Amino acid sequence: MATRDVKELERIARMIRADIVQMIGVGQKGHLGGSCSIADVVTALYFSKMRHHPANPTWPERDRFLLSKGHAALVQYAALAECGYFPKEELKNVKRCGSMLQGHPDLRSTPGVEANTGSLGQGLSIACGIAAGLRIDGLTSRVYCVIGDGELAEGQIWEASMAAAAFKLDNLVTILDRNKLQAMGRIVDRFDTNPLHDKWRAFGWHVVEVNGHDMAAILETLDQVDQVKGKPKMIIAHTIKGAGISFAENRVEFHNSSLDAAQYEAACTQLGAESVPPVERTNN
Amino acid sequence: MKIQNPREVYGRTLVEMGRENPKIVVLEADLGRSTMTCYFEQAFPERFFEMGIAEANMTSFAAGLSLTGKIPFTNSFAVFAAGRAYDQIRQGVCIPALNVRIIGSSAGLSDFGDGSTHQSVEDVAIMRAIPNMTVLVPADANETRTMTRAMADYRGPVYMRITRNDQPDVMPEDEPFVAGKPHLIRQGKDVVAFANGQMVSVALAAAEVLAEEEISLRVVNVSSMKPVDEAALVSLAEGMKGIVTVEEHSLIGGLGSLIAEVMRGRNVPQKSIGIADRFGQSAHNYDDLLEAYGLTPAHVAAAVRQLAR
Repeated sequence: MATRDVKELERIARMIRADIVQMIGVGQKGHLGGSCSIADVVTALYFSKMRHHPANPTWPERDRFLLSKGHAALVQYAALAECGYFPKEELKNVKRCGSMLQGHPDLRSTPGVEANTGSLGQGLSIACGIAAGLRIDGLTSRVYCVIGDGELAEGQIWEASMAAAAFKLDNLVTILDRNKLQAMGRIVDRFDTNPLHDKWRAFGWHVVEVNGHDMAAILETLDQVDQVKGKPKMIIAHTIKGAGISFAENRVEFHNSSLDAAQYEAACTQLGAESVPPVERTNN
Repeated sequence: MKIQNPREVYGRTLVEMGRENPKIVVLEADLGRSTMTCYFEQAFPERFFEMGIAEANMTSFAAGLSLTGKIPFTNSFAVFAAGRAYDQIRQGVCIPALNVRIIGSSAGLSDFGDGSTHQSVEDVAIMRAIPNMTVLVPADANETRTMTRAMADYRGPVYMRITRNDQPDVMPEDEPFVAGKPHLIRQGKDVVAFANGQMVSVALAAAEVLAEEEISLRVVNVSSMKPVDEAALVSLAEGMKGIVTVEEHSLIGGLGSLIAEVMRGRNVPQKSIGIADRFGQSAHNYDDLLEAYGLTPAHVAAAVRQLAR
């Protein structure tokens, strides 16, 4: 599964975005913007960087992926399905009562999900605990944790950041999905958490920045931070909320909203996806 | 009666367990000389995590450790362990039912000097309400030890509250822990007292006073607040003129509530002794608080007399 072929990874990322659009469908709410902003990073991790076995989701030596911004679960579900953790057919049951695909990641429901996240600010702390536990076991597995920039307002993020530095968790790589929008508007207008680079550096992290939609640069950055020892690593990924779907890009309305039939068709076309009929649902 | 300190025994027990089981890890929020995790820190520094004064992060971090197969014990005062970290316990620990052990130390009014900010009157109610959670209130050091030891193999999250104070032994030394089981401590035929924590001793003291008046008080230790063996509780109340519940906790959501839920529709008169929907406060000693909040043997005896009439 692991490939270094940038063109192939870009194709997979488009497919994952198409899966996200198809999971949301027509007339149903879904977190489109924040799922698409991190789709390239998630693709790079699941299809190139991480050591994992979809057929053996609990392989002890696997690298771990935690989505602290759990509301973007659709991107993780798409990646897990495309990797083969469960049949892609399951995607159409997302958020259905009794489904293995809950509105936020649930480790007891979905193979490949490592923690229950979505109450924002907690996933990074859980990731730190996993990283510490792996170190006790003498494993070289890495822990990748995606956090959101709106999520940075949660105080627990900074508790976790201090803990990661205090325990020198260099097997922890955090990717900040810097899409610059929170649910209610632009972060600089609503609750400005800048400057980010300086904050994380001051908290004891190795900090690098990358264009979160440049696949080659993402791969290079993920490799590069492996060389840094003795510190947790922060990759600030500059992203566009709704990336890949022209009418949703940088638009706060698509944080968690529905698509109409024309938007759905347009999104499928743009992503080069077969315009499968949207999943029928009776209600929200 | 032998007097021991439950938190001292808890601290020593963690060391025993650490020696036997490499999966045991301990997390502390800068209160290690109160919670007595200082012994584990000395014995196993590589499995001890000083998390700083950051209970929320400590709790989620413990969830992460458990996801690598460890058995983490988080430690703080009960008011912070259960209150400040409530959402972390709910979301990251209890929803996936992880093997995290949350130890609420200096529970109830036992941190008498520090006042309402540091005294937990509602921790049991909060923890009981969370699905998948087990809630334990040991009556003495012996029970603290058996419960702590049982947590090595127990499946799912556990909250245990322990007092700061020395306690007379009321439980046998090596009675194995059985989740849900109430313990008959003193036989009696008129009224039954369901109590837990330090209030078991208070109920026993009341029973002594009442015996001189020829009122026979049965005393039951309900240390397992969740799960509970409802049938056992019902049978322990059978033939009694009434029930008195005694707890160092709010009357809302604690033992009084639990017994009322279990006995619903059975027509046994119940009086509940506990903290009447108010916060704690500072005092120069613990006994002053028990007096002020109506948690003494005299208060229990007065309630029993009414029921025994």
